[in-house]
Amino acid sequence: MCRQTTMKRAAGRLCVFLVTGTWLLPSARAQSRLDSLQRLDEVVIEAQTPVKEVIPAQRLAGDGLQRLGAHSVADAIRYFSGVQIKDYGGVGGLKTVNIRSMGTNHVGVFYDGIELGNAQNGVVDLGRFSLDNMEAVTLYNGQKSAIFQPAKDFSSAGSIYLQTRTPFFRDDERQHLKATLKGGSFGTVNPALVWDHKLSDRLSTSLSGEYLYTTGRYRFTYRVADSYDTTAVRRNGDVQAVRLEGGLFGSLPRGYWRTKAYFYRSERGYPGAVVKNKFSHEDRQWDMNAFAQGTYKQDFARYSLLLNAKYAYDYLHYLADPNRDAALMYINNHYHQRELYLSAAQRYALTDRWDVSLSADYQMNALNADLVDFVYPRRHTGLVAAATSLRVGRVDLQASVLGTFVTERVKSGSASAEDRHEWTPTAVLAWRLTDEWTARAFYKRIFRMPTLNDLYYTFIGNVSLNPEFTSQYNVGATYARTFSGRWLRRVEAQADAYYNEVEDKIVAMPTSNFFRWTMVNLGKVEIRGIDVAAQADWLLPGGVSLTSRLNYTFQRAQDFTDPDDSYYGGQIPYIPRNSGSATLQANWRRWEANYSFIYTGERYSSRANIPANYVLPWYTSDFSVARNIPLHRGTLKCTLEVNNLFNQQYEVVMSYPMPGTNVKAIVQYAF
Amino acid sequence: MLLLLCLLAGCRGDIPFLHSEEEQLQPVQHRHIRGFFLLNEGNMGSNKASLDFFDVGSGKYQRNIYPTRNPGIVKELGDVGNDIAIYGSKLYAVINCSHYVEVMDVHTGRHVGSIDVLNCRYIVFHDGKAYISSYAGPVQIDPNARPGKVVEVDTTSLKITREVVVGYQPEEMVITGGKLYVANSGGYRYPNYDTTVSVVDLRTFAVDHTIDVAINLHRMALDRYGRIYISSRGDYYDVKADVYVVDTKTDRVTRRLDIPASEMCLVGDSLYMTAVEWSYVTQSNTVSYTLYDVGRQEVVTRNFITDGTDRQIKIPYGVAVDPETCDVYVCDAKDYVTPGTLYCFSPAGKLRWKVTTGDIPAHFAFTTVPLEDVGN
Repeated sequence: MCRQTTMKRAAGRLCVFLVTGTWLLPSARAQSRLDSLQRLDEVVIEAQTPVKEVIPAQRLAGDGLQRLGAHSVADAIRYFSGVQIKDYGGVGGLKTVNIRSMGTNHVGVFYDGIELGNAQNGVVDLGRFSLDNMEAVTLYNGQKSAIFQPAKDFSSAGSIYLQTRTPFFRDDERQHLKATLKGGSFGTVNPALVWDHKLSDRLSTSLSGEYLYTTGRYRFTYRVADSYDTTAVRRNGDVQAVRLEGGLFGSLPRGYWRTKAYFYRSERGYPGAVVKNKFSHEDRQWDMNAFAQGTYKQDFARYSLLLNAKYAYDYLHYLADPNRDAALMYINNHYHQRELYLSAAQRYALTDRWDVSLSADYQMNALNADLVDFVYPRRHTGLVAAATSLRVGRVDLQASVLGTFVTERVKSGSASAEDRHEWTPTAVLAWRLTDEWTARAFYKRIFRMPTLNDLYYTFIGNVSLNPEFTSQYNVGATYARTFSGRWLRRVEAQADAYYNEVEDKIVAMPTSNFFRWTMVNLGKVEIRGIDVAAQADWLLPGGVSLTSRLNYTFQRAQDFTDPDDSYYGGQIPYIPRNSGSATLQANWRRWEANYSFIYTGERYSSRANIPANYVLPWYTSDFSVARNIPLHRGTLKCTLEVNNLFNQQYEVVMSYPMPGTNVKAIVQYAF
Repeated sequence: MLLLLCLLAGCRGDIPFLHSEEEQLQPVQHRHIRGFFLLNEGNMGSNKASLDFFDVGSGKYQRNIYPTRNPGIVKELGDVGNDIAIYGSKLYAVINCSHYVEVMDVHTGRHVGSIDVLNCRYIVFHDGKAYISSYAGPVQIDPNARPGKVVEVDTTSLKITREVVVGYQPEEMVITGGKLYVANSGGYRYPNYDTTVSVVDLRTFAVDHTIDVAINLHRMALDRYGRIYISSRGDYYDVKADVYVVDTKTDRVTRRLDIPASEMCLVGDSLYMTAVEWSYVTQSNTVSYTLYDVGRQEVVTRNFITDGTDRQIKIPYGVAVDPETCDVYVCDAKDYVTPGTLYCFSPAGKLRWKVTTGDIPAHFAFTTVPLEDVGN
């Protein structure tokens, strides 16, 4: 679980910065000189001037990330402000993220700097991404506050960057190994191995593999006041998954290159909705995801170049077989997606304080499926981004404009969507008021294309759909101060207030009967919110070091689609007005302890905010304790986690019960 | 501190109980009819099927009466209410995605039994027996060619007595002359929809013959001249929705009305039909409200709502006509995920009142016995 060892060896200063899970990244000026794939030595330099992001960002990294008791990236993201996770329960249940209530489809998820695509339905299941080899998870509202990046990185309303570990070797080291075995509730067995090898001073490899099995079974209870109290076991939530990943890392004078191959394969059940007389399901899904990607970055005198390329293949097989469950109607569908992505980004420093950048991307998506009347869509997307960053006195300014050009082709005889050309701007301003305080603001307008399902799915699709637009307005402030006092060592805090609009929201609309829906641009949503995040580092007597974090989100996300509707202005489904989290991480000698608390306030499952749609608040407490034992050349770490300590029975999504108290034991050896 | 401990310990209370709600509407005096039950379907997976009751004499509208009258029943009425009917002293609610038929006492709305039928759709009665159509017939070697069935249930013992395999995804049924007519849709088999009506002999409970009508059949209504009006949903592309007439004397298709019908209600000689058709050209639904006279065999009006209220209705769903007053009830299912609205129109098509219902109001059962008041 832990991956602190190599990190701790890297640099003392770095450890304080990264290992504690700091989410505030380096200064705007320095940031604009770097790209997302920061090398460790660069980060060390940054850590000396820990100031603020110009755009709201939250980051969990290193040990702080590993100690959250999280199964997956999705579980970790719950600790960020302004984020809702839709969780269908269990280890294998679908987990998607929604940033500032604009919708899951507006979130770009980047894996080692390149976006994970899903042109079919626009949703990435973050429950499938393990934290085992994850270095950092960073969330940006708007876009990463760097102008030197692929055009794709400008194209989402919110972005999540997943950074896997980069091998790091001290002078005398040639390899690192980390072997982990996790097991616990739900019949979970999860072994993983990471092996980093230094081939030469300029070349290293990292190989990692992971296997996961879980029965997905857990007891759940529905207890209704003055009514019934029923307990049953969640079934068909089993998962069997294998992940294999290999990376080749090369460093160059004033540059680097890296390649990665990723393979994931799984079989899982659909646990399904728990409704009267139907508490378990038997439909199943098989997935295969594979991609290869590469990055090359080179700095010249005033000019820098960044090239990216990716090829991905995704396979999905869904089977509902009445031989397994007589209630099912037979469905047996296979989907194949291919994606090709090429990107070139360049930056030129006009002066020390003024940079300009230009990037161009091309992406091809193809979807094949054995559905009746399927039209085999092919989407070609061109993206061009021009951006500039300027520093005037204590003010940092960034501006970018993104051009998106989409052309689609379908099999002959069918209609395809019209070509799209859209230009969308972003403007960012940050003003360092004092050494501790920074004020910031941003505006961004961006859209998401209708997914291939929205456009072409048999019956439901509607080729006349327009893109769904979002506008974001954000103002905020950050505060950071290091103390030399006795106990309190450092405080960092950020608060942002925002107003977002979603226009032409793509929603499913019923037509002639229950079986027949279509997608239309109908919705309008306005979101007003406040995100607050604060962190304090403490050094207590007796050598106890503590890190405490608090996050809070207030959101009023209202549906303003139809003034004649009885529920006009209702809070949109599953968005709580209040939510937050608190974590406390303590270290004492070889012991580590972690307590995390998550709160999600009352919500409604429909924009009709009436008692029939009321969903109870939920809050869970997770606790873990670990001990590091020096063994041979490395460290053996034993961890015990108890999640949902007080066995709260809750639902994130109506009819999908979540697990109660569950435990996990982790043994890890690393050198 | 106590509050914090309580917070951490998760003492959050139970899921709140959903009490029934009441509204006062305009009463209308009747001789026999005391009111009607309205079954709200609830969207799939939401377990939100609910039952409303309107007392015509007092004008009292009660929303969601089932939990209050049956607090001990786990997960309330269930997922997707698809049909409701009264036979004898019992009220039957067919709950499609909960795969059962709930049987209640028609005087109290209290649970008296249930019948498990996988993927059950509609219910009709004859001679002490209930007939329930179901998509879930025997699983074949080719799982894609799974026929539906009709089960026969004894209304005293609530036990299944016989079953008969019919066409694909059977929907509504009517009974006349000792024969059960079943409209087969084949809705799961696009583009190979079923086109037939299965005719089941109730003595042998075997399919006697089938009548070839049109694709994707759904609704059925039997008039007093022995003719069955059968709606075809079309294929949503080239083949339009329409209504076909089968003469049960010959069991042949005698007419095509050239009227789309998503819903149908026949009272006397008046056949009320509503339809919603999506147009990709205008990117909107086109709604029609047709009244057809089955005696004179002609269209009376293409819009039986005469005061312009139809412009407020997004998705007309259930349609019913009061057999005594001939008041017309039209349900608006709106977007399927918020509570619908029930509109009451005079026989002249003028709005009397409207009321908020549960999600997807759809199916009616008029009753001649009063419903016992139990409070909220």
